[in-house]
Amino acid sequence: MSFLNISHLEKSFGPTRVVKDFNLSVEKGEFISLLGPSGCGKTTVLRMVAGFEEPSSGAILISGKDVVKLRPNQRNIGMVFQSYALFPNLTVAQNVGFGLKVKGAGSAEIRTRVGEMLELIGLPDLGGRYPFQLSGGQQQRVALARALAPKPHMLLLDEPLSALDAKVRVSLRNEIRSIQKELGITTIFVTHDQEEALSMSDRIVVMHAGIAEQVGTPSDIYSRPATRFVAGFVGTLNTIEAEVLDSAIGRLRLAGVETILNRPVPDGTVTLGLRPEAVSLGQNGHDTAVTGTITEVDFLGSVIRLRADLGGQTIAFDTFNTPGTAPPTLGEKVVLGLRSADLLVIED
Amino acid sequence: MRKAASWAILLLGMAYFILPLIGMVEFSLSMKRGEYSFEAYRVVLADPRFRETFMYSVVMALLTIAFGVFLVVPTAFWVRLKMPWIRPYIEFVTLLPLVIPAIVIVFGYIRLYNTSSWLPLTGSLTGTNALLLFGYMTLSLPYMYRAIDTGLRTIDVATLTEAAQSLGAGWVTILAKVILPNVLVAVLSGAFVTFAIVMGEFTLAALLNRPAFGPYLQLMGANRAYEPFALSTIAFVITWACMGLLNLVTRFSKFDKAPR
Repeated sequence: MSFLNISHLEKSFGPTRVVKDFNLSVEKGEFISLLGPSGCGKTTVLRMVAGFEEPSSGAILISGKDVVKLRPNQRNIGMVFQSYALFPNLTVAQNVGFGLKVKGAGSAEIRTRVGEMLELIGLPDLGGRYPFQLSGGQQQRVALARALAPKPHMLLLDEPLSALDAKVRVSLRNEIRSIQKELGITTIFVTHDQEEALSMSDRIVVMHAGIAEQVGTPSDIYSRPATRFVAGFVGTLNTIEAEVLDSAIGRLRLAGVETILNRPVPDGTVTLGLRPEAVSLGQNGHDTAVTGTITEVDFLGSVIRLRADLGGQTIAFDTFNTPGTAPPTLGEKVVLGLRSADLLVIED
Repeated sequence: MRKAASWAILLLGMAYFILPLIGMVEFSLSMKRGEYSFEAYRVVLADPRFRETFMYSVVMALLTIAFGVFLVVPTAFWVRLKMPWIRPYIEFVTLLPLVIPAIVIVFGYIRLYNTSSWLPLTGSLTGTNALLLFGYMTLSLPYMYRAIDTGLRTIDVATLTEAAQSLGAGWVTILAKVILPNVLVAVLSGAFVTFAIVMGEFTLAALLNRPAFGPYLQLMGANRAYEPFALSTIAFVITWACMGLLNLVTRFSKFDKAPR
């Protein structure tokens, strides 16, 4: 049996159902991300696991024990909040030791554990400072140490990086992941940032309108999106309509040229998904070549993102900013290479 | 020209407030003919009734503050956390003492809790003292509630509560270790205003016949010339000392600069 089992979880606020038949099993030590846009229900699921919201129906089992009726302070679950939520009246050391003190630990034990935790987060000398004397990144590290100090069964992270600037966000997400691996603590991480989810997680749950649209590894989610929403939400995806010529082998007419997917597809017209990085400027050995006209050139530093019109359908693709090589210009006719194996058939 | 006019208005305003105070202090020092002295203060401080009524009011003020904090902090916290929709009604109730005169309240108390009622609080000294305490709590409610509610508004009550809960804290620990220390300046500001109100309150104490400082002030004012002014100066100094303490507490609060 999995460490955490969530089954048929539902939550309604008045007439609005914000979480619908949510199911998830999490193994011990796993790092799971709940990824989705604002209002998709991911934070509500997290808050139900933490005990801050009561489910309308469904079960939450931790180590086989139903915790739905337990109060948040009886669940032994550590939580890190977006707004840090450090106690302003307590020093860093007192904040980290708060959970242990509440549990009745002795002062020597608290001192030792606080020292360990501050060492773990790389702030061993800041125990005497108050939260307002720390940067945002430092405050969030302290919040992490505080959540981990009482040795919780599980760690919940509610968009902990959202309030930080871009550079700190990247370094802190690596730190969080390495600390999580070091301690082997089961972790649920809520984020709307797909890059964070893809880079940190063992598995990702993509949520939309209260439903878990897909659960899978980052690679699965990115390369084999199960629904149109997942395909559109995770990464950038070109969607191209294609006419089905032979549904049994997946022979299609795409932007005026034929290609074969070598797998069955529905009859009529299908929507294909294609990542920008799967499109090559020039055929370059790809099995399908289409021609288009450049309509947009965006300079993004090391990469240039281009858009081309394929006779009424637009496709975005990337090319490296190679020194000495000029990128295509607006209105230029180009040949683009595609691999039929990279084309995803998107189902609704 | 405009600057001069501003200064003139400011000085006029200051004179309006300061001149009566100067007059009061000057008169309180004029008990001995032809010289300034602290004779009136000596007489007042030597009066055992002064010490008795002053101490009585100080104790009542401290009890009012303690019970007020005990009542208002959890109430304001709970309203903010769990029942935000009820806030306008609570605010309305807490403002009622401003529009209902103390005399109405005390006659209500006497009518409800007299010796022939089902709860004869006025039948014993302890009961009457308790009744006076409740009256003081009622009078100070608008100031205490507003001060604490404003203090709670400056912190993220919900998230701090949830953070404490996730660390295993129960409601008492959350209130005592997280919420109260973070609104302490607000609590103190309410407490000092309460102290000033109780020290000068006359109606409740006089009609419940308790030996408080307010009735003593009135008694002296009716029967003596210089001593009431010395007493008023003392009361004024106490009030300003409260304000000064409040200012000090706010300034030396170690964590008051925390970003909210």
